[in-house]
Amino acid sequence: MLKPFEKIVFIKDTNAVKADLTRHYAGIFSKYVRPLIEDRKVFVVQAADLGIYGEGLVIKIWPNNIYYANVKEEDIAEIVERSIVGDEVVDRLAFSPDAKQVRVVLRNCGVIDPEEIDEYLARDGYAAVEKVLSSMSPEDVIEELKKSGLRGRGGGGFPTWMKWNFARNVQSDQKYIICNADEGDPGAYMDRSVLEGDPHSVIEGMIVGGYAIGASKGYFYIRAEYPLAIERVQRAIDQAYEYGLLGEDILGSGFSFDLEIRLGAGAFVCGEETALIASIEGKRGTPRPRPPYPSIKGLWGKPTVINNVETLANVPVILSRGGDWFSTIGTETSKGTKVFALTGKVRNSGLIEVPMGTTLREIVMKVGGGVVGGKKIKAVQTGGPSGGVIPENLLDTPVDYENLRRLGSIMGSGGMIVMNEEDCMVDIAKFYLKFCVDESCGKCAPCRIGGYQLLGLLEKITMGEGEEEDLEKISLICQAMQKASLCGLGQTAPNPVISTMRYFREEYEEHVKEKMCRSGKCKRLIRYEIIQEKCVRCGMCYINCPVEAITGSKAKGFVIQQDKCVKCGKCYEVCKFGAILIGSKEPVEHRI
Amino acid sequence: MAKQLTEDQLKELVESVVDRWGGRPDALIMMLHAIQDEFGYIPRRVSLYLSQKTGIPLAQIYEVITFYHLFRTSPPGKHKISVCMGTACYLKGAPQIVEKLKEILEIKEGESTPDGLFQLETVRCLGCCGLAPVVMIDDKVYGKVNPEKIMDILAQYTKEQDSK
Repeated sequence: MLKPFEKIVFIKDTNAVKADLTRHYAGIFSKYVRPLIEDRKVFVVQAADLGIYGEGLVIKIWPNNIYYANVKEEDIAEIVERSIVGDEVVDRLAFSPDAKQVRVVLRNCGVIDPEEIDEYLARDGYAAVEKVLSSMSPEDVIEELKKSGLRGRGGGGFPTWMKWNFARNVQSDQKYIICNADEGDPGAYMDRSVLEGDPHSVIEGMIVGGYAIGASKGYFYIRAEYPLAIERVQRAIDQAYEYGLLGEDILGSGFSFDLEIRLGAGAFVCGEETALIASIEGKRGTPRPRPPYPSIKGLWGKPTVINNVETLANVPVILSRGGDWFSTIGTETSKGTKVFALTGKVRNSGLIEVPMGTTLREIVMKVGGGVVGGKKIKAVQTGGPSGGVIPENLLDTPVDYENLRRLGSIMGSGGMIVMNEEDCMVDIAKFYLKFCVDESCGKCAPCRIGGYQLLGLLEKITMGEGEEEDLEKISLICQAMQKASLCGLGQTAPNPVISTMRYFREEYEEHVKEKMCRSGKCKRLIRYEIIQEKCVRCGMCYINCPVEAITGSKAKGFVIQQDKCVKCGKCYEVCKFGAILIGSKEPVEHRI
Repeated sequence: MAKQLTEDQLKELVESVVDRWGGRPDALIMMLHAIQDEFGYIPRRVSLYLSQKTGIPLAQIYEVITFYHLFRTSPPGKHKISVCMGTACYLKGAPQIVEKLKEILEIKEGESTPDGLFQLETVRCLGCCGLAPVVMIDDKVYGKVNPEKIMDILAQYTKEQDSK
């Protein structure tokens, strides 16, 4: 058998957009270590992706896991000498790859087997439960949470200790704690990953919460669309019962706590507290007016605390390591970390966890690796259908609850969608609004009728039939919905419209006045034309047109027949010479 | 796929579901999930029997079934027909294909045929605009479809069913 390599070196040019110098550097590196390679001591890999971007030449050395960034050619000899031949670190070049990310909530995800309680226990799992039940009073627990500054991660950002304290102070024979795992925003999957990757941490958070507020019963409300999460949470609950961490007299403390799963059935509105409670009671998931708040009168009229998955996953760490430690992470008003589902036109999309206060630009450029295809960022959307867009010039804002709200968006549950110049802001607003209109439960008129009318107006605008007074009407309907809707869904549904109007009003006006969509998304407002000067008559557009709207020949040149064109954009995609122009609906010379 | 059960089997199944949840009204959604897992939808006679066993009024059961998107009141078809209504397909005649399908299958969008063979859905874009208009049956994509051609395509599926 061949002996295994002693060291593996990963090399990657992380500045590469077009010219990738990885191969070049790997060649230089290999020259220095040639004898070692032949001796099968070292192996050099041209890495495809190290998860690090814009840091020049990056070298990773395994098994020591030493990272070097911004390495210059002349540094290579020193690295080889000290870190390959020797086992030292060249401090001046050393780099920490996860500097921007901090894993608190996702501490165990991908590290442990989520189906084995023993693996969780080996990573200090249930240490918080043990500590709390053996040495802390419920008041102590709440005090510790207060110190930590933890706020609800479901979107609202209400201080968790306060919620618990309200429920604690209500006298009642029965109280409940509910884990809200009805994650339904398009583009968000943070809760799913935690439930699938580390279900015990959420269960532990619930046990602690139950103890703090005096609840003996808890419910997991999980959407039925997450079968793997349901399976893993159920298995975790069963294991916790087996180990005496759930049920009667937990760890001999006299505290009893039971947990049960309840499934959603495809209703987005059930993420709203009062609708969720109705759904657990086996009814239609429609919200009711608040107050009384669930902390006072919730499930079956009893005091109920509802916490989001991510909030609960933070709880065990806070209790184990102390609220003071937790409050060192983050900003003045927003403590700890936040998990985001980074998607859209970003190079490295996925789940990330960063300390509160990280700027949006750092998230997109450093953690996400920038925008795909080298295009310009237009905006970042946070908070899903209840949130808003943040334009490029404000991306240096540190992310926390207050800042995002000030900018007209919200933290939300953690969807973060990067948009570039190809995205039409009116179209985006329409997309999110459509989602809320589809999901409106229909109980209150502002949401049911307002949403429908608003969507109608946006559709009219994107079809090129908008009139100037429509913009005024949109503002009025948005205000009415915000002020008069019964629950969060209706109150926040206009947010994407309001924020796109705030930052990109000129795009709305272009759609309405000039009947033009600059990004080419609104098909009714554009026309494709062949720029004859640039066309080389290769015929690609002609061959690829699905509706035979392109006529002509290689000899005579090609023309797009506007009456036949369905604006699918295929010709634009296949043209290698940039000879297809996306213009406004009317040819320029015809416009006044 | 919908199961054909005798009245006794059906009752037995409902009873086992009701027993598992103690017939509690708050577990209605959980019971409906269990039933739909078995049948692929929630048949009316099952709802009726569930109502008798648990004392939950039938109206309340239907109130819940119709509120949540996941619950179906008609059986899913054996073959799912998805007609693409993306821009290219739309302009190349997808609406006429939907009309034709509705006419010959005698169902509306989202419904299944009485024999359970077909289920009709419209979707946004299947991402093959070059073949517009596109119809997808289960996982198979049919391109450049027209109202006559769709008849021939469906005939393949009905023939296959008859030969069994």
